[in-house]
Amino acid sequence: MMENNPGTQPLLEVQNLSVDYAASNGIVHAVTDVSFTLHRGEVLGLAGESGSGKSTLAFAISRLLRPPALIASGKVIYHPRLRADQQQFEQSTLPVNVLDLTSEELRSFRWNELAIVFQSAMNALNPVMTIGAQIMDVLKTHRPGMSGEARKQRAIELLRLVGIASDRLKSYPHELSGGMRQRATIAIALALNAEIIIMDEPTTALDVVVQREILTEILHLREQLHFSVIFITHDLSLLIEMADLIAIMYAGRIVERGTQRDLYLRPRHPYSYGLIHSFPTLHGPRRRALGIPGSPPDLRAVPLGCAFHPRCPLAFGACTTHLPALRPVTAGSESEQQAACHLYDVRFTSEAPTTQTIAAQYAALAEGSGTR
Amino acid sequence: MRHLIRRLSIYLLAIWAAITLNFFLPRFAPGNPAEVVFYRLAQHGEASPATLNALEAEFGINTTDSLWVQYLKYLNNLIHGQLGVSITYFPNNVSDVIGQNLPWTLVLLSVSVLISFLLGSLIGVFMAWKRGSAFDTIFSSLMTFFYSILYPWLALMAVYFLGYSLGWFPFSDAYDVGTVVPGWSIDFILSAAYHAILPALTIVVSTIAGWMLTMRNSMITTLSEDYVLMAKAKGLTSRRVMFAYAARNAILPSVTGFAIALGSVVGGQLLVEIIFSYPGIGYALYQGITNQDYALADGVLLLVILATVFMNLIVDLLYTVLDPRVRQERSA
Amino acid sequence: MRVLRGFWSLVTLNGKVMVGSGIVGFFVLVAILGPLFIHQNPLKFTSALLEPPSAAHWLGTNQGGQDVFIQLVVGTRTSIFWAFLTGVLVVIISVTVGLLSGYLGGIVDDILSLITNVFLVVPALPLAILAVEYFARTELTIALIVAFTNWAWGARVLRAQTLSMRNREFVTAARSGGERTWRLIFFEILPNQLSIVAASFITTTIQVLLAVAGLEFLGFGDSATVSWGNMLFGAYNDSALLLGAWWWFAPPGLCIALLGSGLALLNFGIDEIADPRLRREPGLKVLKKQKAVA
Repeated sequence: MMENNPGTQPLLEVQNLSVDYAASNGIVHAVTDVSFTLHRGEVLGLAGESGSGKSTLAFAISRLLRPPALIASGKVIYHPRLRADQQQFEQSTLPVNVLDLTSEELRSFRWNELAIVFQSAMNALNPVMTIGAQIMDVLKTHRPGMSGEARKQRAIELLRLVGIASDRLKSYPHELSGGMRQRATIAIALALNAEIIIMDEPTTALDVVVQREILTEILHLREQLHFSVIFITHDLSLLIEMADLIAIMYAGRIVERGTQRDLYLRPRHPYSYGLIHSFPTLHGPRRRALGIPGSPPDLRAVPLGCAFHPRCPLAFGACTTHLPALRPVTAGSESEQQAACHLYDVRFTSEAPTTQTIAAQYAALAEGSGTR
Repeated sequence: MRHLIRRLSIYLLAIWAAITLNFFLPRFAPGNPAEVVFYRLAQHGEASPATLNALEAEFGINTTDSLWVQYLKYLNNLIHGQLGVSITYFPNNVSDVIGQNLPWTLVLLSVSVLISFLLGSLIGVFMAWKRGSAFDTIFSSLMTFFYSILYPWLALMAVYFLGYSLGWFPFSDAYDVGTVVPGWSIDFILSAAYHAILPALTIVVSTIAGWMLTMRNSMITTLSEDYVLMAKAKGLTSRRVMFAYAARNAILPSVTGFAIALGSVVGGQLLVEIIFSYPGIGYALYQGITNQDYALADGVLLLVILATVFMNLIVDLLYTVLDPRVRQERSA
Repeated sequence: MRVLRGFWSLVTLNGKVMVGSGIVGFFVLVAILGPLFIHQNPLKFTSALLEPPSAAHWLGTNQGGQDVFIQLVVGTRTSIFWAFLTGVLVVIISVTVGLLSGYLGGIVDDILSLITNVFLVVPALPLAILAVEYFARTELTIALIVAFTNWAWGARVLRAQTLSMRNREFVTAARSGGERTWRLIFFEILPNQLSIVAASFITTTIQVLLAVAGLEFLGFGDSATVSWGNMLFGAYNDSALLLGAWWWFAPPGLCIALLGSGLALLNFGIDEIADPRLRREPGLKVLKKQKAVA
């Protein structure tokens, strides 16, 4: 697991992105003021419960949102690179705002630079087309110079990369097992050597054994082909294992950001702590597991102040009135860990809590619930 | 394979049921159809007691043969294409009459259905793509009205307003009987085409609404599927996404619906032919009905039923080709 | 009062439902109240033959001097009555077959499905003509035969729905509570399918309306009864076309089309309520300017 190299170039910069849904009974803010930077060769993890806005964010970046969703504000700056082996997206390497691209530019951007692996492969694959055809039509559209035979060879190569036999080229999606289908979607995603691959809960629909296989494969492929990944999941423990940088979302905002080491050793935001520890560990002392009490807020009625305060075991006065901003945890720390929590804001709390304190509060909550 | 056997057994059963029903109905209905036909024949001056006996034999009344024997005789006749003698077109055989009229019906039917289905589906695709636009709204409302039109009524309106009053199109016969001779000449083909416009238009307008709306709704559902989103994400052209990914899947319910709607289109065509005096089998059927010429009417009806069943079978096979998922064993 | 209010909110829920129920409501009203205002025998022959619409005869007269408008109003009652009655008949058959087939499964399902599919594959009108030509020409005969030939589609839809419901929890719960099968089917499952049954009823009514009118047009109706289909039969038979009496054949067919459209609108409205994907979100036009979608 690599440390984040500070010298790595930025690849994708999301700046103050906000996404709204215009429903018949008002505007819902699905994503509010999200900023992060993805560097080359990096794995960025986006974690959160359902409804936190992580998938919406991913679709917004790739401009795949469907009405009534719309991007309210923000920029998505992409830094293209001159690549010898394939078509140029941009003739220059000047950064572009993805949201400003024309349709032609967007079509060229798609899949060449940014590819997506959807959550449910069964739904993401065209049921009446062979998987070979679904790989090859991307090649046909984006590489007009390629001959039919060359396309077929490339498709076979891609299938081989993900561990699918080449005779499956003519198979239909419903003829493959769940794991194979997911691997097929990954193969399609890799077809044009995209720079960024967004993976939206790629293994949630699969059983644990297959999950592990696929994840290992993804990491292996990444080492081989050097693409960056935005990995979306609700399973934070997975991210701690494989992501370089992790951003945790709650009710449409990023509430904590840090490296995998930071989050493993010292999760700051009470929500992050709760998320990590809602998955029972194999080792360690027996403890009462409660997870995080309550459920994510309805986005139409987000609590005032910090959205998490109704469920937070360390909430206090200011949490109900002031919205915490995402700020560095310890001023001048060697890592860039940030949390949106008043507990780390010297204006509200004189001394920041330690991980033990957070743990203790959660434990107290768990024990307390037993006596009810 | 099992799926195919299941479907085939339906068609075989349907064919058998239609044939058997045709056999039983005259025998079990109240009244004596033989007498009715006899009196009709008497008006043509062709009646004698022997004729009555022959008719009664045909309808299975007062005969010595057991029901089973009659049935076998009936089946035997069917296989030899013997459908009886027509009163209306006496002394011609029913099969001759049908043979003469059938080609016109087939031509009109295939042309109308093809246009209706293709045009309807295409428009449906565009309606879904441009959902919410003026085009969509106007057409949707229009279609709701057309959906409920009675074929013969539309035919009447077309004949009266477009044919009779405005004189834009001919409204009877299949070709200009007075001036053109049947054959493969340009004149004949043009005349035939000209005469077919109004009937075809009637059928197309009456049936297009169904395809359009089925396709539209199917497309709307399909367009919200993940694989369409993925196709867009792949940067494929809009045209490819719409046709190879969306429409290709959306058409499946249309094909199923096509098979089922076929029955009503055929029924509708029969009625339309009547109004336009179009010399197809629908017209022959009407003659049979009004003259109580049971042999003719039943002959046409049986043929129509069997033909529709057969067409359904073809469409069913087509569906198997279009949707790879049914080729495997699937539980209901 | 609450029932009325609930009914009103249901009706105004959706534009299509509103227009559709308006149209249908209008025809039903005419059917119920119309003939009460008619004091003349619709079949009475007068000497005013084939007169175009005038003050004395609002829609003119036909070949026999009968007032077309009066016939239309009286015919509304007949046509609507038989259309709805037949519709109910069809729904009873298709619901029973569909539910039994879907729930009981096994050999019962195999047989019932086979029969359903056979009826689906055989064209309805020719079969109906075949059946009706040997029997007495009454409206009841037509109703029965139309019901006999048009139940298959609804049965198929309901069977599919029942199959998907069968494995739901509330069914398992009822079964383990010892509920008798027939009670389960009719008191547990059926109530959950009411919207499908309602939609099926409306579609069926349109179909039978057209089917009955079609058979009447061919002359299989009772000539002593006044109905829209019979009017068309009379018009065609007496060469209204050649005599240019458009006021004779245009109105009945128009009424059929309008009533059918009203029912279809109702149906689409219900479809949209049931399947949100078919709905249109208001204010969509504003969003089109945004760059959310490529």
